[in-house]
Amino acid sequence: MARPSPTGASADAKVHGGPGFSKKHLLGIADLNAYEILDLLDRAERMIPVSRQERKVLPTLTGKTQINLFFEPSTRTQGSFEIAGKRLGALVMNMSVKTSSVSKGETLIDTAATLNAMRPDVIVVRHSAAGAVELLSQKVGCSVINAGDGAHEHPTQALLDALTIRRHKGRLLGLTVAICGDIANSRVARSNLLLLGALQIRTRVIAPKTLLPRGIENMASEVFTDMREGLKGADVVMMLRLQHERAAGKMIPSVREYYRFYGLDEEKLAFAKPDAIVMHPGPMNRGVEIDPAIADGDRSVITDQVEMGVAVRMAVLDALIASRNEPNP
Amino acid sequence: MSRPLIIENARIVDPASGLDAMGTLQVEDGRIAAAMAGKAKGAPATAERIDARGLVLTPGLIDMRVFTGEPGREYRETLATASAAAAAGGVTSFVLMPDTLPVIDDGALVDFLVRRAKATASVNVLPAAAISKSLKGEEITEFGLLKEAGAVCFADGRHSIQSSALLRAAFTYAANFDMPVIHQAADAGLVGEGVMNEGHFASVLGLKGIPSEAETIPLARDLQLALLTGVRYHAAQISTAAAVELMAEAKRRSRSVSCGVSINNLALNENDVGAYRTFFKLSPPLRSEDDRQAMVEGIRTGVIDVIHSDHDPQDSEVKRQPFAEASDGAIGLETLFAAALRLVHSGEVELVTLLRAMTQRPAEILGLPSGRLAVGAPADFILVDLDYPWQVSEKDFRSRSRNSSFEGARLAGKVMATYVAGQKVFEHRGDAT
Repeated sequence: MARPSPTGASADAKVHGGPGFSKKHLLGIADLNAYEILDLLDRAERMIPVSRQERKVLPTLTGKTQINLFFEPSTRTQGSFEIAGKRLGALVMNMSVKTSSVSKGETLIDTAATLNAMRPDVIVVRHSAAGAVELLSQKVGCSVINAGDGAHEHPTQALLDALTIRRHKGRLLGLTVAICGDIANSRVARSNLLLLGALQIRTRVIAPKTLLPRGIENMASEVFTDMREGLKGADVVMMLRLQHERAAGKMIPSVREYYRFYGLDEEKLAFAKPDAIVMHPGPMNRGVEIDPAIADGDRSVITDQVEMGVAVRMAVLDALIASRNEPNP
Repeated sequence: MSRPLIIENARIVDPASGLDAMGTLQVEDGRIAAAMAGKAKGAPATAERIDARGLVLTPGLIDMRVFTGEPGREYRETLATASAAAAAGGVTSFVLMPDTLPVIDDGALVDFLVRRAKATASVNVLPAAAISKSLKGEEITEFGLLKEAGAVCFADGRHSIQSSALLRAAFTYAANFDMPVIHQAADAGLVGEGVMNEGHFASVLGLKGIPSEAETIPLARDLQLALLTGVRYHAAQISTAAAVELMAEAKRRSRSVSCGVSINNLALNENDVGAYRTFFKLSPPLRSEDDRQAMVEGIRTGVIDVIHSDHDPQDSEVKRQPFAEASDGAIGLETLFAAALRLVHSGEVELVTLLRAMTQRPAEILGLPSGRLAVGAPADFILVDLDYPWQVSEKDFRSRSRNSSFEGARLAGKVMATYVAGQKVFEHRGDAT
């Protein structure tokens, strides 16, 4: 039997309704192997036309209930999951729970038990604490999708990034991907490093040492503190959002110094390959980590990332729920 | 008085005297009348005789670090439930940390604990009074009055005093009353928002790390202040290889400094955190395997004086949380001895060395008459089957809390009976079905 090759879109992409995806939850890229990652990318590829047609419906989730449970405010990720669910015909409910470490009301477990009793088919969760989504998944009967847990993982972001890269470059294998910014506190960086690592793609991280986690040399192929060096010959430049309100004065001295050494401007981007694409998970801090002219320029694929986000989330929802031949809990 | 008691045919191991032989223990009036190799001599004919064939008889364990919830959080643990757990684990005395509601920082509260323990506890409860008022690290407590009320030492429990000036004052004033001070060294700034050992594993989990230096920097300060003031200083619990080196150096210069290690840091490492398992969220955090091996080496060489349980009952409300938001701590009184015996079974530590760290050394540091089988000492002892196989199960715990870092572990070695002042306070009743 032909298996998808790690070089790009598999030649014999499975038709919709083919073999089911074996996982119940999507908690992190760490739980997926190369074939599962490529399978999800292929599924997402097939979802793209749905959002481009006039009637944007593929009703594989009709009668299913999706709850978006967000403990951290998020406009784009929550909106993306909501649209993805609705285009698949699911009944989507958004729940935003305000929490702070000082005034904790209902515990995460209580919330999980309450929602579980409403018999949803999938819960999409974002939480500020690493591991919180996995904890919640242990307490509910339905599928759980991690929409970001602390500095741990953000798997659908890594999948949509990979899909965007593959569509622009026509392949993944052989590329060099540079990830630049606050690696230490970034779940996007971790999920991307895991995904690219699983596909044996060359990864570089670029950051001041204060924003690099211990042991990063085991997580990326190469580590750079000089952005020009790190960008040399890169095919993809992935910028990260800097939480500058938190970092300034502690991890970096000031925004202007950060921008000088780690902000992506024309001069630094010139070190990357001439056809290198520029990515950002959003929301962007223009003038902090990226020059507005580049963010909105012709090498930026940032709006494509947003479109691929919907496709990837449709594919994940479909794979976890519709393709599973299992009755509702 | 009670009938004299004679335990025969036991392997008697007493680290303090060096005795390790098949022999006999005689108890009269709650005190040890004799501990010797061979058969009893001149024993009263009326004595109750117990045949302890196949068992090891050793002084009852002294656990230098136990938290309960009494007063204030009795739903977590009371003195009665903690002492039942202690008795089952072979612990005949434990030092009670002052982190309660209210904090034990006043003579009247120490007095309350002493009375409460007398009324409800089956083992010896030794109250530690707070070093600083309300454990805030700002003002020292009334050391003299607290000592008179029955405090055996001063400790700020889970809290670490940041002000070097306050520590100096506390050490100086404690030396004035010849009282030991137990202090956990942790630099609040370097700990920061850290929740586990800093390193690759924390980075993969996306958790903020606690570097070794958060322990070694304040420990170096503590040791210098201890040498300056001459206080009887006990570093509550160390967790890093570098801290063992600091202790070794300080011990070359002073005999009044000592340190302890939690059974958790001796038996477990950072990998046990696994998928955010909060029962392994501890302070100090579980460290690397290299650090754990340094702890074992420290026990072997005697640089680390004491092994304790760091028994810290927490309820599910504060433990069933995302890792970073969960409380620190694990219970350990009932598993301390068997978990420590792993080091004996694996050949890493001699039995007598291990026992010394849980009997003789804590007694010496605290100035207690127990922890040895000397004539006239309190008859606090345990009978142990060193090889008895069992599996830790939360349903068997006598503790009121369930947060064990050894849940499900297969251990070899069990306490068969525990005696406090010659009275049996625990007996193993065989396997529950």
